[in-house]
Amino acid sequence: MKTKQALWAALFVLGLALVVLGILNGGAQDVLAKAIRLCSECIGLG
Amino acid sequence: MAEMRKKPMTRRLIQLYSALLYNAHLKGFAEGRIYTGPLKNLCVPGLNCYSCPGAVAACPLGALQNAVAASADRPAFYVVGVLLLFSLLLGRVICGFLCPFGLLQELLHRIPTKKVQKSPLTRGLSRLKYAVLLLFVLGIPAWFAFRGLPLPGFCKFICPAGTLEGAVSLLLHPANSALRAMIGGLFWWKCGLMLLILTACVFVFRAFCRFLCPLGALYGLMAKLALLGVKLDEGRCTDCGACLRACPVDIRKVGDSECVHCGSCIDLCPARAISFRAGRIVLRGPELPEKEARP
Repeated sequence: MKTKQALWAALFVLGLALVVLGILNGGAQDVLAKAIRLCSECIGLG
Repeated sequence: MAEMRKKPMTRRLIQLYSALLYNAHLKGFAEGRIYTGPLKNLCVPGLNCYSCPGAVAACPLGALQNAVAASADRPAFYVVGVLLLFSLLLGRVICGFLCPFGLLQELLHRIPTKKVQKSPLTRGLSRLKYAVLLLFVLGIPAWFAFRGLPLPGFCKFICPAGTLEGAVSLLLHPANSALRAMIGGLFWWKCGLMLLILTACVFVFRAFCRFLCPLGALYGLMAKLALLGVKLDEGRCTDCGACLRACPVDIRKVGDSECVHCGSCIDLCPARAISFRAGRIVLRGPELPEKEARP
């Protein structure tokens, strides 16, 4: 149980770190840039 | 009995509210345009096309494919981090409670017809979603990324949510005649596939979710670690199998990677070994014995 909790905590910290790194490297802006344009692939046109 | 009826209703309301919240930009449906505000750098946890006129945030699966497609330039930290956090906190509770396409599949299954029961065939098919994840979400976008061509394979060739929420809503709007002029073979492929999937959902409980959804496959990878969800108290379990028989999906054990945490097994367990928990906090079902509950 303790190992599971430690693994959960480590992965949670990793997840937070990845989000922060992603914001810093422009990944969040990439998501925005894609999501505010009409996705022609999604709607079967591209 | 009244209590038992009330519980699925609560889940249905959460599903409905989340579908409305994901698609709160109602003006978009009237104008035939998508939302372009700053909220779209956030991902919702469930499958919801960001080209739906109502969508107020990004689809995690679409965002992941685009991040993989752009990974030659920049590592996909943000989307991978968001998906990891969703998996750890909510896991496949997202499938059972927070996915608009899951809600649609469940409503379609309520149409009174003869139903296909789970079997070794459906159990085998439930592995297909991992192949879809590897091939269409990760493989194809990565393969084309290193050739300088962004190609979200799942969105382009499979995603029925994109066809239903994005294509149908936008192409039916009178203002989008230019889009209608672009309709070609790919569109008809996606429409045919969507109709096939929706028809299958009438006969097979959550057919898309169980057999094809790569987002469910991803969240299922962390099933054992997810904080929220239906949990089995191994100490109380008598292995009677009542939960496995009653479960509409292909689980081998309560709370495993196939479980969508609908909670329908909680009241059926004669040993009261199943509860819906957030960590050690019991949200529904029997409390843990006092000595087990102590940290």
